[in-house]
This record gives sequence, structure tokens and C-alpha cells, in this order.
Amino acid sequence: MTTLLLLAPIAIPILGALCYLAAGWRPATTWVSTISAALVLAAAITTAVAIARTGPHIALAGLLRVDALSAFMLIVIGAVALLATTATPGYLRAEIAGGRATVRAAARHSVLVQLFLAAMALAVVAANLGVVWVAIEATTIVTAFLVGQRRTRAAVEAAWKYVVICSAGIALALLGTILLNYASSRAPGAPGLDLAALAAGAHGLDPGVTRIAVALLILGFGTKAGLAPLHAWLPDAHAQAPAPVSALMSGVLLSVAFSAILRVKAISDVALGTGFARTLLAVMALASLLLAASLLLAQRDYKRMLAYSSIEHLALVALGAAIGGPLALAAILLHILGHGLTKGVLFLGAGRILQITGTSRIDAVRGLGTRAPLLAGCVGLGILALIGLPPFSVFASELGIARAGFASALGWVTAAALILVLVIAAALVGHTGRMLLGRPPEGPGAATATRRLPVGTAIALVGGLVAAAVLGIAAGPLATLLHLAATTVLGTP
Amino acid sequence: MSETLYVQLLDLTGGALLLTAVLILWRRELAVIIRVFALQGLALAALVAVLAARDASLELWLVAVGLLVLRAGVLPALLRRALAAAGPARRETRPLVNVAASLLAAAVLTLLAYAVSQPLVELAPSAATQAIPVGLTVVLIGFFVLVTRRRALSQLVGFLLLDNGITAVGFLTTAGAGLVVELGVSLDVLLAVLVLQILTTRMRETFGDTDLDDLRELHD
Repeated sequence: MTTLLLLAPIAIPILGALCYLAAGWRPATTWVSTISAALVLAAAITTAVAIARTGPHIALAGLLRVDALSAFMLIVIGAVALLATTATPGYLRAEIAGGRATVRAAARHSVLVQLFLAAMALAVVAANLGVVWVAIEATTIVTAFLVGQRRTRAAVEAAWKYVVICSAGIALALLGTILLNYASSRAPGAPGLDLAALAAGAHGLDPGVTRIAVALLILGFGTKAGLAPLHAWLPDAHAQAPAPVSALMSGVLLSVAFSAILRVKAISDVALGTGFARTLLAVMALASLLLAASLLLAQRDYKRMLAYSSIEHLALVALGAAIGGPLALAAILLHILGHGLTKGVLFLGAGRILQITGTSRIDAVRGLGTRAPLLAGCVGLGILALIGLPPFSVFASELGIARAGFASALGWVTAAALILVLVIAAALVGHTGRMLLGRPPEGPGAATATRRLPVGTAIALVGGLVAAAVLGIAAGPLATLLHLAATTVLGTP
Repeated sequence: MSETLYVQLLDLTGGALLLTAVLILWRRELAVIIRVFALQGLALAALVAVLAARDASLELWLVAVGLLVLRAGVLPALLRRALAAAGPARRETRPLVNVAASLLAAAVLTLLAYAVSQPLVELAPSAATQAIPVGLTVVLIGFFVLVTRRRALSQLVGFLLLDNGITAVGFLTTAGAGLVVELGVSLDVLLAVLVLQILTTRMRETFGDTDLDDLRELHD
């Protein structure tokens, strides 16, 4: 029973992929991916409840291990996937109607998205650091063709950059994994690469080797999480990928990679003291924030704008991880979920704006509020949620990170980060305001697709915002899970 | 196998790894680069075979055969096919850093690798771990090729060089990471190369060339 439950988040999307492979994209299979995402979410919630009662579960001869952090990440994957896949049918129909995709491309899209979900689920439930690495690299491979789906010059260029930078970056993490394995093979008890055993036996790891390994692992998984210095793939890939894929990449993929960093940090904190990982993460966070702020101020493309905002939010998560302590860790986990939902809504909305207007330039979109009020309203509210206005959950989590930051040794870093966050918020509001408000442009050529928002997309946009707001007002039963997950990362039960 | 022979063979294969890496940096003819890359695959397989003979380990022998097939056979064949499809553009025309400076950089990277890998050698001094800096040098040279070359195919070779180096370090630390992980890693590398090869083809269809200088659409 337990094994089946743990396998479900991996097996269900694989079955979904097989279904699309066999039947293709047709009316009967349209909602298969949505159903699969809903089942993944249900399995994740069931797992979380079971874990809160009885502690971590192990399955498949120790290959899979689900603790509170994995269960939480599974919920994030399921929730954002549900949003993205609910909006997918409407998106793909408009693409096919607009001649930018074929039925075959739609089927391939669906197969790859399902495999993408399975790979991410494997990355968070694997018990072995090596398997985590394999799963995260697998996400690069399955999403490469999703990024290049439109086959334009820009899309092919983005896909190339994405695969080269991510594969090279993640190769650093592989080297780090190998070196950690080396250190662990000489440690008492030889814990191997099993994450739980490594965290428990971290005292015995050789500090010199572990230091190199941890630095490589954080840099390598940081590439996939979109942190500086190897972030260059992110804006291109997010801007060129189809909207539901951008939503998944920004909302979940980045944080799945970051959860691997959290695991590494738990080992590093015991083996090397908290200072090493803290300094590394704080520097990467500040560099990423600076970069996001400087490139957002004069941004001309709204999808790239959202992509840089993802760098900003992952930097905040990295800052929270650097601060450490139960409050900061619970806050960054809440931030991961809140950002996933909000950014998912925004990328889906941006995809729809692109379909209506045919351009991704900010200055070419005017007066969206009068042309498509529901879409504009959702995007507007989404941006407000993203910059951290109450009642949305990003407000609560940013507040948590800031409070923990000022109480810790990283007060000045937190202050600098908050100033950059304010600059970014001003830039985001300014750019979006110009798009949504004002008079619509005159003349023909402004409209290429039907104006009415597809029902699925509307449900996803409104549902995501409502979920983010509810999460901000009351975390409810999630609070227990957040607390448990935070203690998992702290390494002290 | 006697200890001296073991150490000599280990040094020989390690030296071959390093030499091929530097040769790739030196030559600009893409066909030559691919041939040297295949030689490096051979050296890597030989390195693992030496370790296998020493430990009399069947698993390591199997891995050595697997490496030989993949790194000296399949991957170079894939690269050659991509090159044949590429038509007349067969030279790395304008690398960002010229050959003399590249070779100097290789020397600096070697020193860096030796400096960085001190703790790695000290943890368990042996003939095998003494060779870890060679593996790290190949990793660094791979990175260097990746960032300074302009042809899509040379970047691909840089990425593979990086992987060869990492594999070498993995086996020199003589701590197998388990069969699942090994298989997964090999599969991922193979798939990444396949994906990149398909992308090169698409790039040629849309750009008419694989000179990455043409990749100028996306920037801020």
C-alpha cells in the first residue's frame, strides 16, 4: 500500500504519457493530463497526511524515501501542474487554430509534459543523491523539445542555450556528487549516497573534500534553479517555451532543483558548520537579485519580465535558506508554493495575451483592461500578489524571510535584498500598468485569436489566485507539514 | 599485476587523457577533433580496464567495455554523422581565444586542478587518487572549450570532454556510486547528446549554419 502510494506520483504521469503516445491528441484524451495532475495532487496530499502521522516512508528497497519535505514538494508539483494542465487544452486549441502547432505537436507536447512531471516527482522522492541528479538532468532532456516547440529561430536558439548551459551546470553537480560519494566512502559507516544516511553521518565526512563537493553541488543545482552565475538560460527558455510549460518550469522546476540544494545544505551544515553554505547561498542570492533588478528596469518583453522575476523569487528562497532556522525555512517553503501558484497564473495569462495580441513586447500591448477585462484583471492581481501585497501568500512568506533575516547574522544582506525587491516591485507594476491600462491601440492587426477566454484557462487563472489568497490568509493543515519539512532540512528531529 | 606495472599503466592512460584534451584545444579541424575525442574515449576505457585488472573486478571490466562502446564508438559516430550533415563548414574558424592563448590557459588550468585537488589526494593517498588532478584538468579544459568555441559541434565536444573528465574522477576515487546511478548517468549523457544533435540539425534548417555567432536574437 505504502509503496503504491509513493510510486503513484511517478507512475500516474508515465501512464498519462503512454496514453498520449498511444491515442494522440484527440477530444477523448484532451483532459487526460489534467486528470493525471489532479491524481498526483491527491496522492501527494494523502502521502503528506500519512507522513504527518507516522514519519518518513521508505519504498523499493530504499530507493525511494518520502519525508515531509518530499511530500510538500509533491504538493507543489501537483498544484502547479493542475493549474498548467487545466489551461493547456485551451492553449493548444488556440495554437492549432492559429497555425502555430499541429495535432502531432500537441500530442508530443502532452507526452513530454507528462514525462516532465514524472521526472520532477522522482527528483523529490529519490532517497539517493545520484538518483536525484539523474532525475533533474532528465527534466532538462524532456523539456528541451518543449522549449523549442515552435521551431522559430528564437525558439531553437533558446533550446540550444537551455540544454548546453543546464547540462554543463548540472555536470558540476555530478562531479560534486562523485566527490561526496568519495568522502562518504572513507567516512565511518560508509553511508554511500543515501541522503538520510549522509545527513545522519555527516560528522564523519572529510571537511576538505566535502567543501569542494558542496560548492560544486550548490553551483550545479543552482544552475537549474536559475541562480546566478549560471542563470543565462532561464529568461530565454521561459520566454520561448509554450505558456503551460513556462508555468511549470518557473513554478515547479526551479524549486525542485532548489529542494536538492536544501538537502545538500542539511549535510553541509553538519559536516562544515553553517557558515559555508550560508555564505555561498547569500552571495548567489544577492548576485541574482542585483541581476534581476538591473534587467527588469528597462525590460521590453513581458515574458522575459516574468522570467527575471522568477530569478528574483528563487534568490529570495536562497536567501531564506542562507538565513536558516525554523522560521526562515518554513517561510521559504511557503514562498515556493505561493510563488509557484502566482507565477503559474501569470505565465498562463501572459501566454493568452501573446495569443490575443501576437506580440510579446510590453509597449505593443495597450489597454488590455478594456479589451479583455477578465484576463487583465487576473494578470493585474497576479502581479500584485507577486510583489507581495496581502492577502496573497507571498506577503506572508516574504515577511517571514525578512523577520528571520533581521533576527540573524544576515541583517545587512536582508536589508539590501529588500531594497532590491522594492525596486523590482516598482518595475513590475510600472510595466504591467502600461500594458493593462490606457486606450487600446487603433487599427487592424491587433487581434488574431478569439477574445473570449477559454473556460479552462479562466478556471486556472482564477483558481490559482484564490488558492494563493487562501494560502496567505490561513495556512491551515499545511502549517503542520511546513513545520515538519523545515525540521527535516534543519537536520535536527 | 605487479605494483610497478599498475602504476605505469595508470600514468600512461592518465597521460593519454590529458594529452588528448590538450590536442582538442590545439586543433581546429572538426574531423580531427572528433578523431582525437574517440582516442580519449579509448584512453578512458583503458584507465578503467587497468583499475579492473588490479581489483580483478568483473563489474569494472563490464563498465570498461561499456565505456569503450559508448565513448570511443557511439558518441564519436554520432558526432561524425552531425559533421557529415554539416556540409562544407568543417573548421572551427574563429574561436574566442586563439590557439596559443588556449594552450597557455590549459597550462594554468592544469596548475589550478592540481591546487584544488590537494584535499582529494590527501584523503586517501594511492596511485589512483594521485591521478585525480588529471581528471579535473580534463573537466576544466572541457569547460574552457565549451565557453570559447563558436561552432555548435565544438561546444558539443567540450561538453563531452567535461563528461569524460568527470567519469575519470569518478573511477579514480575508486568508490562506485552504485549500478542504478552509473546506468542513469550514462543514459542521461547519451540522451543529452542526442538532443543536442537534433537541435544542431534544426539550427541548420532555420539558420543555415551552426555558427553560434548567429544566435543573436535573444539578449537583453
